[in-house]
Amino acid sequence: MVVLAPLRSAHRSYPASDLLRFSTAGSVDDGKSTLIGRLLHDTKGIFEDQLVALEHATRRRGGDGLDLALLTDGLRAEREQGITIDVAYRYFATPRRKFIVADTPGHLQYTRNMVTGSSTADLTVILVDARTGVLEQTRRHIVIAALLAVPRLVVAVNKMDLVGFDETVFRSIVEEIDGFAGRLGVTDVTAIPVSALHGDNVVDRSSAMPWFDGSPLLEHLETVGLDSVEGGGALRLPIQWVIRAATGDDSDYRAYAGRIMGGRLRPGDAVVALPSGITTRVASIDTYDGPLDEAVAPLSVAVRLTDDVDLGRGGVLAGVDDPPAATRELDALVCWLGDVPLTIGRRYRLAHTSRTVLAVATEVVARLDINTLERDIAAPWLAANEIGRIRLTLAEPIFADRYRSNRATGSAILIDDTTNATVGAVLVQGAGEDWP
Amino acid sequence: MTTPSTAGRHGLSHLAELESEAIHIFREAAAVFERPALLFSGGKDSIVLLRLAEKAFRPGRLPFPIVHIDTGHNFPEALEFRDRRVAELGERLVVASVQASIDAGRVEEEPGHDPSRNRLQTVTLLDVIAERGFDALFGGGRRDEEKARAKERIFSHRDALGGWDPRNQRPELWSLYNGRIRKGEHMRVFPISNWTELDVWQYIAAEVLEVPSIYYAHERTVVRRDGMWLAVSDVVHPRDGEEVSIRVVRYRTVGDMSCTGAVASDAATIDAVIAEVAAARITERGATRADDAFSEAAMEDRKREGYF
Ligand SMILES: Nc1nc2c(ncn2[C@@H]2O[C@H](COP(=O)(O)OP(=O)(O)O)[C@@H](O)[C@H]2O)c(=O)[nH]1
Repeated sequence: MVVLAPLRSAHRSYPASDLLRFSTAGSVDDGKSTLIGRLLHDTKGIFEDQLVALEHATRRRGGDGLDLALLTDGLRAEREQGITIDVAYRYFATPRRKFIVADTPGHLQYTRNMVTGSSTADLTVILVDARTGVLEQTRRHIVIAALLAVPRLVVAVNKMDLVGFDETVFRSIVEEIDGFAGRLGVTDVTAIPVSALHGDNVVDRSSAMPWFDGSPLLEHLETVGLDSVEGGGALRLPIQWVIRAATGDDSDYRAYAGRIMGGRLRPGDAVVALPSGITTRVASIDTYDGPLDEAVAPLSVAVRLTDDVDLGRGGVLAGVDDPPAATRELDALVCWLGDVPLTIGRRYRLAHTSRTVLAVATEVVARLDINTLERDIAAPWLAANEIGRIRLTLAEPIFADRYRSNRATGSAILIDDTTNATVGAVLVQGAGEDWP
Repeated sequence: MTTPSTAGRHGLSHLAELESEAIHIFREAAAVFERPALLFSGGKDSIVLLRLAEKAFRPGRLPFPIVHIDTGHNFPEALEFRDRRVAELGERLVVASVQASIDAGRVEEEPGHDPSRNRLQTVTLLDVIAERGFDALFGGGRRDEEKARAKERIFSHRDALGGWDPRNQRPELWSLYNGRIRKGEHMRVFPISNWTELDVWQYIAAEVLEVPSIYYAHERTVVRRDGMWLAVSDVVHPRDGEEVSIRVVRYRTVGDMSCTGAVASDAATIDAVIAEVAAARITERGATRADDAFSEAAMEDRKREGYF
């Protein structure tokens, strides 16, 4: 395989690590904050001054030692209420990999936060309390991860110390989860028994659970494969910006800049420019560091074409064999994020890749009860944190894929035209496509 | 060419992926806003930001000016560097001065011995935004810097008074950014939100970027104050009883000289700096910013008021 290095041939050796984005999910008190705190602490992602602040904070709460959970509580309002209220991002690294953690806290706004955190995740870690086993909430977390097409799932069965590190407890939880996830078409599930508080199977292998022969959590996160469906799929390059040379000899330089959101690109490839539908060829793939022989999602590039075509921001370069269809009627799953419910007939702006168009919701086809997976076809609207299937009519066409085939070109957000708030997460469905 | 040893996403290293994300953010914001600008302090984060802007828009011109909020408490090395870098790039520079805001009676110098201007610069910043009609400002903020920043969006909305409302942020999903604002409001845009201090240094090394000399170990006359080593200068005057000495130090951030502490270090090369950062046990802000030490919520309070 050609190894792409968009960074200039480095003058020194360059860190050979890659990037995993994961999100966490769990009900309140399952130990999510403790687990993340433990990962940060044991990978030295916590600095001394933060440790001191943490000790102080722990003492103010009447505790002693380090309450690792406090580390991930971000804002003052949250500190005062003693709960996290939003998605927060954490960073840590090992010699093998850099990690970005989307920490999505479990309570009221839960669905909306988890949908947000999962949208960029390569993997989701779902926490289950070993004492209580699979709860309604656990099912909900699995449903959301499945809907958002997060490629990999880890179930961390936590608080194993409180069930005597008993293998049968772990096995029966795993069995139940496998059955449920399987029905949703989620097959890549890894289960790990842990004690976040004491560190068992988080970074180091637990001596209290010799019966478990899988990897501890961190080792699993470090070694799990990363290739996404986008890289293997059809070419999608939404155009963000047209680059023209500043001055001088290059004054007719013209390159179409964007981030590849699916497939690969090589000079000489036949491509179709949308919306014009004109077929042309790639003359060169330009970057600041020089031309590339090949580029793949998710690289940002600028492409020169062999012909003069009418193409600008909001347009797309796609493979000639499988271009996306233009659509003005969208069949979509929506997770509602706004405080004002989705209203039929209200004006929204739909932002999809580099194109934003006016949109009107014409129908709520059904509301999904994510606990029972039942569909309520009589639902007149969708309120915050509800998920449903809807139809949208757009003022101008967009070039979308099914979310299941491409998370980047199959997703969109709805923006309220009056308040400018981001109110809906849109997952494009194919006609007649089934959903859970 | 560099060869990542792990499989990676189609062979991309973590820095290549972060770079690609940042370029995407730059192009989105430049396209969506009418009058963006890039905040440049001469510090390492804004140096990385400028290189990423070049990567997003060259061989074209940068579609925005470079703005420096001049506290008047600058490290001379940083100012010299700023001017040289801007000239090299051939781009426009806008300087907004805190001294001018003081002279115009917009703000008052804080009381006390050797006052910091860190807080005052918020007014100067909001004034230049209003004066020039900027509707978006690129900044080098990173989420790993500080707890309140960990939740800040990449497109971070500011109301007509420049304020940030952490309870009412727009959810940010996939790589879709909501850039819609009303008149008088603006957006702060943080292309390197997902970078850590170590990522920044590794990138500086890979790109062979020059940084002001104060980032590398050098000898300096410093005074011990508030648990930090401050450079003795026009704005830092040792008082009786304060310990003054000549030490080998370097800086981890470039800011207002009156409140930016030096760290004892003999890291004189980029490799030594990277080794030091990789092994560091104190966060960048904890080590060097007197103003964040005041309260656990100090940064959050300043950000609510419009601070960068
Ligand atoms: N015994 C035991 N207690 C745990 C474990 N993990 C978390 N806890 C405790 O469970 C409580 C809730 O944990 P926290 O991390 O705040 O939960 P969150 O609400 O999911 O973030 C705290 O008192 C933790 O100390 C564990 O593995 N074993």
